[in-house]
Amino acid sequence: MSAVLEVRGIEKQFGGLRAVDGVSFEVRQGEIVGLIGPNGSGKSTLFNCILGQFEPTAGEVMLDGRRVTGLRPSQLNRLGVGRTFQLLQVFPRLTVRENLILAGQEHQGSMLGRLFGARDAGLSAEAKRTIEFFRLGHLADARAGGLSYGQQKLLDVAMAFMAGPRLVLLDEPAGGVNLTMLADLRERLETVNRERGATFVVIEHNMEFVMALCSRILVLAEGRIIAEGKPHEVRRNPKVIEAYLGH
Amino acid sequence: MRSGLAWAAVAVAVLALALAPLGLGRYDVYILTLWLVTAVAALGVNLIVGYAGQETLAQAAFLGIGAYMSALLAKAGVPFGLAFFAAGGISFATGLAIGFPALRVQKHYLAFVTLAFSVFVWLVIRNEEWLTGGVMGLKDIERPSLFGASLRPHRLFFWFVLAIAAALTFAMWWLVRSPWGRAFTALRENPVRAESLGVNVRRYTLLAFAIGSAYGGFAGALYAPLVEFIDPAPFALGPSLLFLLMVVVGGSGSFVGPFVGAAVAVLLPEWLRFAESYYLLIYAALVILMMAFCPTGLVGLAGRLWSLRRRPARIAEDEGARALGEAKP
Repeated sequence: MSAVLEVRGIEKQFGGLRAVDGVSFEVRQGEIVGLIGPNGSGKSTLFNCILGQFEPTAGEVMLDGRRVTGLRPSQLNRLGVGRTFQLLQVFPRLTVRENLILAGQEHQGSMLGRLFGARDAGLSAEAKRTIEFFRLGHLADARAGGLSYGQQKLLDVAMAFMAGPRLVLLDEPAGGVNLTMLADLRERLETVNRERGATFVVIEHNMEFVMALCSRILVLAEGRIIAEGKPHEVRRNPKVIEAYLGH
Repeated sequence: MRSGLAWAAVAVAVLALALAPLGLGRYDVYILTLWLVTAVAALGVNLIVGYAGQETLAQAAFLGIGAYMSALLAKAGVPFGLAFFAAGGISFATGLAIGFPALRVQKHYLAFVTLAFSVFVWLVIRNEEWLTGGVMGLKDIERPSLFGASLRPHRLFFWFVLAIAAALTFAMWWLVRSPWGRAFTALRENPVRAESLGVNVRRYTLLAFAIGSAYGGFAGALYAPLVEFIDPAPFALGPSLLFLLMVVVGGSGSFVGPFVGAAVAVLLPEWLRFAESYYLLIYAALVILMMAFCPTGLVGLAGRLWSLRRRPARIAEDEGARALGEAKP
């Protein structure tokens, strides 16, 4: 299988701090890769470098073999890269349905076509399917800001899938989500992966969740990858245990 | 069903407005026309501030650009239709040009850039006498003709402005409920998330600002033939602040807010004429009271009173949802 995402020697320096210190890895089509590591190990910074939020100090990002370093987040999104953020990011005053239509509309036709075309950009049916798929049916016309935290988290993830992305980077999707909803979320993610062949990279602190979901785990500590492998291999790796427990 | 009712209400309102001048004197018709022109400019501010969540302190400057553009073109013998679109077009292009450097930072910085631009435009209008007549202004601006008939009579000109204002209002309504409008709202609510969903935040910010400014230009092109004499005063910084105030008083981000805000701004000075120099004091006090007790503006206040009368239980729920919505980052 070919690499959807290839990261080559990414570095990010903030003043005197080297938050990401030469990270390289590949993600193949259809994989679910976990990215774990202690707080402050540079996971979110690495995501932000890959996704165009930050410009990396050095290194490059390849998408399907094409160099995409320095592209803006909106450009990357239109190339089929979706994401969720560590902190909840929905549009509180729009309804659930409007949130989802917004999440897909920029992929529909041209700017001018969208101005003069249908109000829903032809996405009502897709929004309805997504709402059903994520079990938010009874909340379709509720304002997103009024939903519970777990429901908003589901919506946040659902939005990342509206445009049918090939690659989705999820930053702590399970954070603050209760157990029932967590099982739901995992099942939804596995289904999207299986049925649509979407590829994921997942940052997560919930070990049970990440070990069950991911086929391969990367461990980041102090801005470098210190271990890589299948969940059960990583779990027993002394370097990983040391990074988590300290010296 | 609901939208059918809304369209019927709009039709009744437009019809009532069209019939209004029949029972009104010359000065009242003038005030009514001024209200429409002001509302068009305020619609633009509402797009920039209320929908897209940006700032502008230059709407009166764009009004001035439109007014001088159309007046000068009219004096050069250019037909009104052409001058009208030239006024909107140059305001749109200027909006793009001054929005561009402010883009890197947005919001408050856009406010500073527009503040400086506002002063700049006013100085140009005042000092470039060869073009604008300086403080002496431009006199005897002709009202346009339609099918060979002059629109000099106040009522005819009112109907002419009403038709144009209705068309511009429809265009704005179309815009804000199109996917563009949704993207503008996304800029206001969460630009970082919007960008990650493929919304080109720079492009939409520029477009919101330029389209809003074009509405200032269009309003200016109607303002010049309405008052028939223009000088720099109405295009200074003060009136620009007043436009911002209108949008806030009417209800920022509410579609009819600018009409209500413009009515307050145009009519209140007339009603408070007895108070003479205390007028601004009273106006200021009213605005402060309203901001303290009803930050959603007069439209928000009306909505609250309406649902209070009809469904006391429902409003508590709405308020709860709103509080939750606003508590999130």
